[in-house]
Amino acid sequence: MSNKYINILIPIIAVLLGLIAGAIIMLISGYNPIAGYAALWNGAFGQTFYIGETLRQATPYIFAGLAVAFAFRTGLFNIGVEGQLLVGWIASVWVGLAFDLPKIIHLPLAILAAMIAGALWGFVPGFLKARLRVHEVIVTIMMNYIALHVTNYLVRNVLSKQKDSTAHIHNSASLHSDFLQKITDFSTLHNGLYLAIIAAIIMWFLLEKTTKGFELRSVGFNQHASHYAGMNVNRNIVQSMVISGVFAGLAGAMEGLGTFGYAFLQPDFSGIGFDGIAVALLGGNTSIGVVIAALLFGALRVGSLNMPIEANVPNELVEIVIALIIFFVASSYIIKWAIGRFKREAK
Amino acid sequence: MRVEYVIEMLNIRKEFPGIVANDNITLQLKKGEIHALLGENGAGKSTLMNVLFGLYQPEKGEIRVNGKPVKITNPNIANELGIGMVHQHFMLVEKFTVTENIILGKEPKTAGAINIKKAEKEVREISEKYNLSVDPHAKISDISVGMQQRVEILKTLYRGADIIIFDEPTAVLTPQEITELIQIMKALIREGKSIILITHKLKEIMEVCDRVTVIRKGKGIDTLNVKDTNPNELANLMVGREVVFKTEKSEARPKENILEINNLVVNDARGVQAVKGLDLDVRAGEIVGIAGVDGNGQTELIEAITGLRKSESGSIKLNGKEIINQKPRKITESGVGHIPEDRHKHGLVLDFPIGENMVLQTYYQKPFSKGGILNFKEIYKKAKQLIGEFDVRTPSEFTLARSLSGGNQQKAIIGREIDRDPDFLIAAQPTRGLDVGAIEFIHKRLIDQRDKGKAVLLISFELEEILNVSDRIAVIYEGKIVSIVDPRTTSEQELGLLMAGANPEKEGETNNV
Amino acid sequence: MNFMTALEIIVSSSLLVAAPLIFTALGGVFSERAGVVNIGLEGLMIIGAFTSIVFNLTFAKTFGPATPWLGLLVAMIVGGIFALIHGLASITFRADQTVSGVAINFLALGLAVFLVKKWYGKGQTDMIVQNFRKIDIPGLSHIPIIGDLFFKNVTYASYLAIIISFVVWYVIYKTPFGLRLRSVGEHPMAADTMGINVIRMRYVAVFLSGVFGGVGGAVYAQTITLDFSHATITGQGFMALAAMIFGKWHPLGAMGAALFFGFAQSLSIVGDQIPFLKDIPSVYLLIAPYVLTILALAGFVGRAEAPKADGIPYIKGQR
Repeated sequence: MSNKYINILIPIIAVLLGLIAGAIIMLISGYNPIAGYAALWNGAFGQTFYIGETLRQATPYIFAGLAVAFAFRTGLFNIGVEGQLLVGWIASVWVGLAFDLPKIIHLPLAILAAMIAGALWGFVPGFLKARLRVHEVIVTIMMNYIALHVTNYLVRNVLSKQKDSTAHIHNSASLHSDFLQKITDFSTLHNGLYLAIIAAIIMWFLLEKTTKGFELRSVGFNQHASHYAGMNVNRNIVQSMVISGVFAGLAGAMEGLGTFGYAFLQPDFSGIGFDGIAVALLGGNTSIGVVIAALLFGALRVGSLNMPIEANVPNELVEIVIALIIFFVASSYIIKWAIGRFKREAK
Repeated sequence: MRVEYVIEMLNIRKEFPGIVANDNITLQLKKGEIHALLGENGAGKSTLMNVLFGLYQPEKGEIRVNGKPVKITNPNIANELGIGMVHQHFMLVEKFTVTENIILGKEPKTAGAINIKKAEKEVREISEKYNLSVDPHAKISDISVGMQQRVEILKTLYRGADIIIFDEPTAVLTPQEITELIQIMKALIREGKSIILITHKLKEIMEVCDRVTVIRKGKGIDTLNVKDTNPNELANLMVGREVVFKTEKSEARPKENILEINNLVVNDARGVQAVKGLDLDVRAGEIVGIAGVDGNGQTELIEAITGLRKSESGSIKLNGKEIINQKPRKITESGVGHIPEDRHKHGLVLDFPIGENMVLQTYYQKPFSKGGILNFKEIYKKAKQLIGEFDVRTPSEFTLARSLSGGNQQKAIIGREIDRDPDFLIAAQPTRGLDVGAIEFIHKRLIDQRDKGKAVLLISFELEEILNVSDRIAVIYEGKIVSIVDPRTTSEQELGLLMAGANPEKEGETNNV
Repeated sequence: MNFMTALEIIVSSSLLVAAPLIFTALGGVFSERAGVVNIGLEGLMIIGAFTSIVFNLTFAKTFGPATPWLGLLVAMIVGGIFALIHGLASITFRADQTVSGVAINFLALGLAVFLVKKWYGKGQTDMIVQNFRKIDIPGLSHIPIIGDLFFKNVTYASYLAIIISFVVWYVIYKTPFGLRLRSVGEHPMAADTMGINVIRMRYVAVFLSGVFGGVGGAVYAQTITLDFSHATITGQGFMALAAMIFGKWHPLGAMGAALFFGFAQSLSIVGDQIPFLKDIPSVYLLIAPYVLTILALAGFVGRAEAPKADGIPYIKGQR
């Protein structure tokens, strides 16, 4: 059985298993699983408005998923997307508020600000890993919390006058799209979706077709052989985290310039970063996989809001389903083993 | 006359996914004998012993201890039956002390806590009884390889083993330590133990063992009395055909110096001097073999030459140009090829296709890429060419390197290095873990390069390989080249002494090593 | 306010905040010393908090003042069992252990809030009545100076945490179980050849991490928040993880680190009561534990080493 075939089958099986498990949980809890999933579906695709919301939700997920996937492919675990996107969010809103420029300059400038902020936040764990061999998982988790407190501080004390949220960014920095809003019945879908698709294509091209991508993948698989072959391992590790941070910062820009158009005090993380991990895993760490998985997760999240309304099921059920899907994907060894057994018995 | 067997492994069959490691093998150990288990790398020796030790369960076959059939389902049961194993790759926890490693799993207790004083006393007693000197308090990470092996042996004696399996025990020892080990084994026999010795070294078998069982590719071939056989016969049984011990080659015709090393000083990973003022020249058209026991600076020397490790002082000149402390890529571009010691760690990215591995050092050059964009057509064209030229057996150039056998992985690496046409080629343990066919192929290629006028530096722990292939042999000891000898006039004995730091001319008596 | 009063407030607050961290960090030590990475400590705390609050709300009338302690007991059991999911995924299914930990966090939060909504019809429970109260420890609080500083206005749970740390230290370093646990985390194959059941040992360690993490969450919920919602545990599990690493995977080191983090956190909480600290923007105090952990990791590198086999699934027969 070819490798590529298995790699597509596993996420699909994982999602199915997750949904089945969710149905079982609903049954045990006395809810109607069919009504529950129908509500989920309707909440995501039932109306053009919902479709718009799903696509809009998927937009930062694509960036977050690309960030995590890129890091994974190059041998690193970036759990810091939450923090990186927060600083990207703040940076883009800052630029959106601070300047008054024609859109053709202002919007790219704000996006650039998010990229730089994310890059910086990714640079720190990358540098510490490359130079001092400090594991990036812990550093990125710490940086998440630093980002949370720092951005909250900035919202309250720098970007606003002791308020809980900032003013709206100027229209010249906004990703708002009259066209997209019109065709989706006034959902919050915005131009960021195009950027997300472009970003996915760029990641694919970068990793698969360029010499830099070759180096990054090589270092990700085997640092020793890469060093031996003349590649600069430390530099590649740092570059990898920086690029990953850029994608994550852009996820924040999607929220700051598109979904909301301002920044506000956050009591806790948005969850986009952690969802990004699930998206990357489910998507097999490939560009196209991430896009599809992001759409799935967007649908799950948006659709889940309808479950308490239409079927009386707490929307946390989707949280449980997502967790189970992650378990199943991560345990792919056991799925592969089961497929192998199944094939042998079928013979 | 009834024969008393302490251990009988009868018709053992052990399978792993895709391979039959042991196919109907029978091994019988007499009480008080040293019995050799002989076979090439991958023949199934370790697997068979792991079955005996309870780490694996056989699919078919029976094991008898002192005539009684037993089922050994885990090492604890093996221990209870009196079977102990001294592993080839030591099973020692680096952070623990000698005592902790020995008592692990069978700790003397007082009120729930480990009675460390009692443990140390028992360790001391056993080590004195069998003359195995160890320091009970020392951490494993701080003691020598020889002492580590003695700890391994003590582990088995602490558990009251009567049957001791030694798995390739001499691989990491100096010739003198090997002599000591042989004395230890003979002492154990005198105390009533029985020993199985897993090895592929014919000389050791002839010297120490009573009987030998030969296995080849998972099958038992024959069991012989050592008295009635000789190394040639054993080698033929082991390999299955006439083995040529000497490699065919013509006279070397060395020319100018390609590599000149002067007074090189290199520190190891812990900051301790490993190469201590080393001088060495390698000329075009010759193969210089470096003989030495692991840990005398060979690894650091190679790493310094290839730019993987910083040199503290001295000079390394390639074709007259200084290359010391340059970046690996620059050194490679200057004309150095390197077949690394650890092919999985340094030679290949196992999760890349074999084709991409072929351009691991050259992907950034034309025609393999232009302007930062890879040209896969060219990459795979080159890969196909090398795969054909160097007889790399692989389903395709897109197959992941991981899926190839060790021999084919090594051939791929050699192909890649030689194709770059380096003036100077380093081969570090190039035939480690490979079957005889691959070994012959690689040796031929090295001699080819030499005949083409390249300079070749061969580093190997196998003295036979060094003697066969080299034109000159440089012995490395404690970070210096202590002697340069002619393979045609030296002997393994002389080399052994030089490798251990002794001066053969000054020695009054020579030990029969 | 004089210096002593300020110090008393700080010490008392530190001990309060540190207690849950200590318990959870000890759980992390068990798991990682056996070689199983446990990012899911956050989720284990959530389960412990949830279990204890639900138990407390349901049985407070039956058990009175003993309720919070029984809540701890129940949280231990449920936490241990929940952690086995992580164990199953990581040990038997050989999933990437970090990923499994992330999934545990998702699952715990989702499951806990789901059940709260189902059982109570709203997203946040009522407040418990029988909580861990701040008391003056009888006898010890009368010692001059030391008594005022350390034994007034504290909870028993804090000192229990410290005592348990020493017990855990003893178990890990002085008993056969501890030796075997550490061997499994450093060199599982060596342990295997000595007849130790590596898989079972790892499951036990993961179970213990759930027990301790559950206690940590239960102490937190029954002392500080007094109710449960999705916002109860926000980062304490990760801070406990940091304490474990800061403490170099050593029970007493983890305890010390947790106390230190408790100290830093409490400075940010009570800072505006203390004249000296009032002027420091709270953000510095809030990020202090995290920055310090990063600095510590950067500074201690090479010496703060995780157990050698941490994060690597053990596969028999692999050479």
